[in-house]
Amino acid sequence: MFQGLLSTIAYVPLAGALLLLFFPKDSKKAIAWFATAVAGVDFLISLPLFFQWDTSLAGFDPVTLERHSWIPSIGAQYIFGVDGISALFVLLTTLLGVIGALSSWSAITDRVKEYYIFLLLLQTGMLGTFMALDFFLFYVFWEVMLVPMYFLIGIWGGSNKLYAAIKFFLYTLFGSVLMLLGILAVYFYYGAKTGVYTFDIVLLHTLGADPAFFELSRWVFWAFFIGFAIKVPMFPFHTWLPDAHTEAPTAGSVILAGVLLKMGTYGFVRFNLPMLPESSRLYAPYVLALAVIGIVYGALVAMVQRDWKKLVAYSSVSHLGFCMLGVFALNVNGLNGGILQMLNHGLSTGALFLIVGIVYERRHTRLISEYGGLSKQMPVFATIFMIITMSSIGLPVLNGFIGEFTILAGAFQIPADVAINVLGLTLGGKFWAICGVTGIVLGAAYMLWLYQRTMFGGLDNPENQKLKDCNTREVLYLAPLVACCFWIGLYPKPFIDILDKPVAHIVEQLHATGQGYAELGK
Amino acid sequence: MTAYLWLIPVLPVIGFLINGLIGRRLPKRAVAGVACGVVLASFVLSALAVTELAGMPEDQRYMENRVATWVPAVDAGGGQKGLAVDWLFTLDPLSAVMILIVTGVGFLIHVYSIGYMGEDPGFWRYFTYLNLFMAMMLTLVLGGSFAVMFVGWEGVGLCSYLLIGYFYWKPDCADAGRKAFITNRIGDLAFVIGTLTLFAWFGTLEFRPILQAVTAGQGPAWVLTAVAICLFIGACGKSAQIPLYVWLPDAMAGPTPVSALIHAATMVTAGVYMVCRLSPLYVMSPTALTIVAVTGAATALFAATIGLAQNDIKKVLAYSTVSQLGYMFLAAGVGAFSGAIFHLMTHAFFKALLFLGSGAVIHALHHEQDMMKMGGLKKHLPTTYKVFFCGWIAISGFPFTSGFFSKDEILWRAFQWSPVIWAVAAFTAVLTAFYMTRLMGLTFWGRTRMDHHTEEHVHEVPGVMKRPLITLAVLALLGGFLSVPAALGGHWMPFTLEHWLEPSLAHPEHAEGHGSAAAEYGLMFLSSALAMLTMWFGYNLYHKTPEKAAAWKQRFAGIYEVLKNKYWVDELYDAVVIQNFYRLCRAAYSLDVRVVDGLVHLVRNLTIGFSYLSVFWDTWVVDGLVNLTGRTIRTSSGALRKVQTGFIQSYASAMVFGMFVLICLYMYVS
Amino acid sequence: MIPTSHMLVFSLILFTIGMVGVLTRRNAIIVMMGIELMLNSANINFIAFSRQLGDLAGQVFSIFTIVVAAGEVAVGLAIILALYRNKDTINVDEVNIMKG
Repeated sequence: MFQGLLSTIAYVPLAGALLLLFFPKDSKKAIAWFATAVAGVDFLISLPLFFQWDTSLAGFDPVTLERHSWIPSIGAQYIFGVDGISALFVLLTTLLGVIGALSSWSAITDRVKEYYIFLLLLQTGMLGTFMALDFFLFYVFWEVMLVPMYFLIGIWGGSNKLYAAIKFFLYTLFGSVLMLLGILAVYFYYGAKTGVYTFDIVLLHTLGADPAFFELSRWVFWAFFIGFAIKVPMFPFHTWLPDAHTEAPTAGSVILAGVLLKMGTYGFVRFNLPMLPESSRLYAPYVLALAVIGIVYGALVAMVQRDWKKLVAYSSVSHLGFCMLGVFALNVNGLNGGILQMLNHGLSTGALFLIVGIVYERRHTRLISEYGGLSKQMPVFATIFMIITMSSIGLPVLNGFIGEFTILAGAFQIPADVAINVLGLTLGGKFWAICGVTGIVLGAAYMLWLYQRTMFGGLDNPENQKLKDCNTREVLYLAPLVACCFWIGLYPKPFIDILDKPVAHIVEQLHATGQGYAELGK
Repeated sequence: MTAYLWLIPVLPVIGFLINGLIGRRLPKRAVAGVACGVVLASFVLSALAVTELAGMPEDQRYMENRVATWVPAVDAGGGQKGLAVDWLFTLDPLSAVMILIVTGVGFLIHVYSIGYMGEDPGFWRYFTYLNLFMAMMLTLVLGGSFAVMFVGWEGVGLCSYLLIGYFYWKPDCADAGRKAFITNRIGDLAFVIGTLTLFAWFGTLEFRPILQAVTAGQGPAWVLTAVAICLFIGACGKSAQIPLYVWLPDAMAGPTPVSALIHAATMVTAGVYMVCRLSPLYVMSPTALTIVAVTGAATALFAATIGLAQNDIKKVLAYSTVSQLGYMFLAAGVGAFSGAIFHLMTHAFFKALLFLGSGAVIHALHHEQDMMKMGGLKKHLPTTYKVFFCGWIAISGFPFTSGFFSKDEILWRAFQWSPVIWAVAAFTAVLTAFYMTRLMGLTFWGRTRMDHHTEEHVHEVPGVMKRPLITLAVLALLGGFLSVPAALGGHWMPFTLEHWLEPSLAHPEHAEGHGSAAAEYGLMFLSSALAMLTMWFGYNLYHKTPEKAAAWKQRFAGIYEVLKNKYWVDELYDAVVIQNFYRLCRAAYSLDVRVVDGLVHLVRNLTIGFSYLSVFWDTWVVDGLVNLTGRTIRTSSGALRKVQTGFIQSYASAMVFGMFVLICLYMYVS
Repeated sequence: MIPTSHMLVFSLILFTIGMVGVLTRRNAIIVMMGIELMLNSANINFIAFSRQLGDLAGQVFSIFTIVVAAGEVAVGLAIILALYRNKDTINVDEVNIMKG
């Protein structure tokens, strides 16, 4: 770990993309190898963030913190830094990057060069977003993420790709513009208050302890909320997700589900909670209500999907509802569990999309009714799918359980006055947790139904009878995800140790002004 | 041994891994050897551990093995409790009984399976899942905290799913597996709520601290009652009580040894174990205990009535299991926790025996399960008949069999709690004896109804299947002597289960010992008499005069139909719950596409509309101004060019006129 | 003495006749003659005022005017000749190539 490590991690994919420009467009294999190698190298150099992390840190790691002057006239600096939370997300991004690149070898045969260039550019965008500690820089990277994703969906996507791509782009852009308003509001407030106009996030976080900021923070909270809630996606801002996920190419879906969705929740954890603590506590019931609706609603809609990918997309809505439940429980368990579950979701839903991709490459249909009885023909695939299914529904010994259980433990500790009034009833406290727990039944319902329709039963469809099982490359890119599922499920200690102090710090910041929840309600 | 407690559940994991990863390539003997070997090893270790436990003084019988941290404790400030879970295995008298039953009966069933599944191509897969099940069940009973127990709880659910759906290419099996998992999960929902409520109150998930706190009076009564009820609902799911029992009869689609192990002897008893483990908690809440007792009794009666009219041999046994589990919960509910465990043990023996025996019959008849196509098998399958006979008299409660002792214990305690409940339980016992006798009659006695083809191929079971059957028969007959009640001279027995379990189980205030010995003898006599009478009656009906049985069926055709169709409960669930659930899902999807996405599309259409307006404005208004300027100039220039006539004289005239005007102006101005 | 006003009126009448000739006659040479007449009327005006004011400048200027007129006639006739050669007419009503 050294100064400059973070920039290296962020820009290696960019460098790779630039070098790819010089490849002749017909040498598809070389391009695929090179891109995967670049992603692999990026993953390897990001590993020190995990293995050499100082778990006693509550804030941003000073060794890797980079600060350079960028646009002094407006106070924007180039600041890259990670704390425990973002370090884990950086690792998730690099891991899914190399897996996504590896999975695209046989899926993309047309315009291969542009595809990998966009994939690598997307990597840079995502990594920069997680590492940026200056709001202006953060916003730049946030927007940078959108363009390659748009192209990935729009060029290499399914039958309705243009609609999905434009919908994704405009919807999330709308959110980010509102977020920009929030950023500027904070920037100007801080500038007016201290005379120093800066976008530095660490400095702006100190506004959380300033009682006078409360009035403005209410508006800023909602501005940020719209921006992040669209990304998460929370009900009712989620409708871009099914289309984007369904139409995107496999690697696109994996990265979209695995990383881009985490940007939203990361935004809440990094900005809403520490910087706008009173507003977070004041509006927590509404956010919890939407989160819980998301859990149940996402699962209900997933039950009746006929398109495999759309089912997984709606399951993402449900799972991220869980994460949001954890985050807005606003206590240590909930936040720890929420962040851990974000990682778990990235791994297991990423794996689910890869699994769909494998059968899609063979049969070119996503209709569940076209499949059935595949266990007999593809046993290795069936086993991996079963493990991932169990991870998704939170079976103990696998990663989903740790996240879910911790989130629910946190949710059960929500005080009774965190409530909303609906038709004269006060719903709060344990109500959120009880609604969340129903998610475990619904999750099992749609996932097992999916597994049964595709894997069990007779191998009736003649087109399925000659399908080949997973080849080495496919096992190779699924194996790390399966391994991580077991690792986090059986031995989550390293991950929780990394998260522990930053999460405690955030919870501390939440109660910085020392105001009780009741006083905030005015 | 304390430090090696963790090996007991982990050894089967090793078997699971070996068979799972390379079992496909190993010869069947190796697979079987590994699978049975690890279970036997677990049994030996369990025996060693229990022996060591027994060597300790009574009030210190507790072994704790904290292997490692699972979820580390987090730095929680401000009075918040961070979730911290360790891999904690504990052994006390209650779990000692359980591990011996699980590993012992489990081992016997593993051996039996070698014969039963001998021709199945997925032999390695079967034993892989079976070993995993053993590991999970042992984790469940050895778990020292709710979290570790939950690992086992969900794990056995997973294995049950995998094993019921073992013949996954058959849609029925796959459906049954899914039904089991999801019904269990509904129970688990309540279980998790109960568990986490306890966590929210006590800050820990470990049994010892929680039970000590509860006994000391911490925690308000309503919380404890609510938690107890939630946990009991979880137990209903796992142990197939009303209303979550519907998965168990369907689970008979799996291989018969699986039915014996999972759905008779071990997994379904997890709920009973859990309630008994938490007896201090339940004792603090009489409301919860009443609910447990009533539900148990109702389920016992309900399931027994259905069992009367089933034709599939395994279904009869399945409903019988549900009914007997009801007995166990009834025992727990009236405060006789050790009675519940005793019945759990004897039930494990005789029900496993009955299932394995039925497996022998099914195997012999080439997978025929309909009793209407059996009959007269007594002479074809003598050993099977003999062991089945033992199981029959045990379950019916024939004096001095294991079932007699355990059932009588329950009936006696039920009577002390409420004579009404006793009447229900006694009537259920009568029904039990009756339907089991019916089963014997239809299967073994009388004339055969098999077709010739099947009859030719009927053969007795191989040795590998015979020996477990005989072992279980012996246990079914003699197992009762492990807990002879005081009234029959239990004091002189070196070992009684009730005494052994005392340190682990709590006793409610109104506990036992109120009735007189005379009443106890009287009830014992009454129940034995009823049992024997019913058995004799059934024997006569089904053996001597089978036509009468058919006539009775005709007379009570209406009731028979209701019972045969299991009160149409599944259909009711389907219509009321499942169909409406799907309707809700479809409605939600409709809402999503039309309303939520509709709003997005509305915004899109509004934006497009605005852009059309902008186009209009731009073309006609903004650009219009530009065009207007041009037009004005052109028009005016068109007018002005008329001055250029080309004639010199008109130019000259203009000059003259202009001069004239200038001079006038000049003169006027000055 | 002849009053100056007589001479001015005389000059005016000559000027008017010249102007009418310029504006109304069709023949270009007649137009030239009219222009000559206007120039000469201006001369008479100069002389009249020179006599009245006793300043010789007016008479000097009128000699200038005569010279200019002569030059102008020469050029003008040259133009008419060129016009006749190109257009075969010296009727000014027929020449309107410069119409806008």
